[in-house]
Amino acid sequence: MQVLGISGSLRRDSYNTKLLRAAEELLPSFVELEVWDGLKSVPPYDEEDDVQPAPAAVEALRQAVANADAILIATPEYNSSVPGQLKNAIDWLSRPLATNPLRNKPVAVVGASTGAFGAVWAQAELRKVLGATGARVVDADVAVGHAPTRFDAQGTLVDDDLCEQLEETVQALLAETGARRLALAS
Amino acid sequence: MAVLTESRTALPTGTWTLDPVHSTIGFELPYLAGTFRGQFKDVDARLTETGIEGAARVASVDVKDENLSAHLQSPDFFDAERHPELSFASREVEVAGENVTVRGELTIRGTTKPVVLTGTVSGVVADAYGNDRVSVNLATTVDRTEFGLNWNMPLPSGEPALANEVGLNAELYFVREA
Repeated sequence: MQVLGISGSLRRDSYNTKLLRAAEELLPSFVELEVWDGLKSVPPYDEEDDVQPAPAAVEALRQAVANADAILIATPEYNSSVPGQLKNAIDWLSRPLATNPLRNKPVAVVGASTGAFGAVWAQAELRKVLGATGARVVDADVAVGHAPTRFDAQGTLVDDDLCEQLEETVQALLAETGARRLALAS
Repeated sequence: MAVLTESRTALPTGTWTLDPVHSTIGFELPYLAGTFRGQFKDVDARLTETGIEGAARVASVDVKDENLSAHLQSPDFFDAERHPELSFASREVEVAGENVTVRGELTIRGTTKPVVLTGTVSGVVADAYGNDRVSVNLATTVDRTEFGLNWNMPLPSGEPALANEVGLNAELYFVREA
């Protein structure tokens, strides 16, 4: 089973990328998590550019999502909402709506922020946006507030409660993915 | 004819299949300041003297915008991938003249709930090709959230954009099976 991890933060030392790595540690052996690193190269959405073939970075993103069994997105929060570059990537993915690769795809959203609330508003907005694209959004969340204090120098998530929540979210995502496989096979 | 119509106490005898071209199974609900309507194009139904059953394919949901149709089929609404059909099966039918009351089970998004449908049933009419036809019009109201269709969008006022109470209507046009 393949899970595609998307970090909404472009920063090399991103807490949200660390959160994806923490999730990777919790996955059973039959699940692989690939962290997608192409977010910065996705151009701004322009309907005039939304043609065949799509820009290379967009095509790569669409292919990565289509190939994955499930998606795990870790988002920071910019001005109480989803970072523009992440929203832009989802806008590219969403077109055309009826056949886009997020459609029916199990997706879980988690988030980390340096502030107290752990990107809860960005996560909520992202779930709404993903629902509008037709994704199968998992009803679970992890809000890593005060992120610099939650990871050690090696980037390991060191808060037991958050680790437990992250594991529950990952399990919910895998359960939804398994349920989808069963439904499609029947 | 009027006397005959008023004295009917049962559905017509025999087995009847739906003429989907002349039938409509649709829904409507308040949205913002108006009404949002849609219908299912791929439907089937069967009428016998003991009851009515039918189904509609979610993939055939027909609204006036393809993006809305895609959203209605997604997990936010009907979740067509996991629940490709809506269905109804009657349990009890009462006919009083042209009026009909049908009690039965409605299944939407995998959730089955009892509903009561009310409406009318026509007399039997022979068409120009010798086929017997009868129409049944039924309607009811359901709370979509009881079936797991919970999507909404808050307006600036804080009020929800989309109502929970949904009117369901079925204009069913049947042809007697040979």
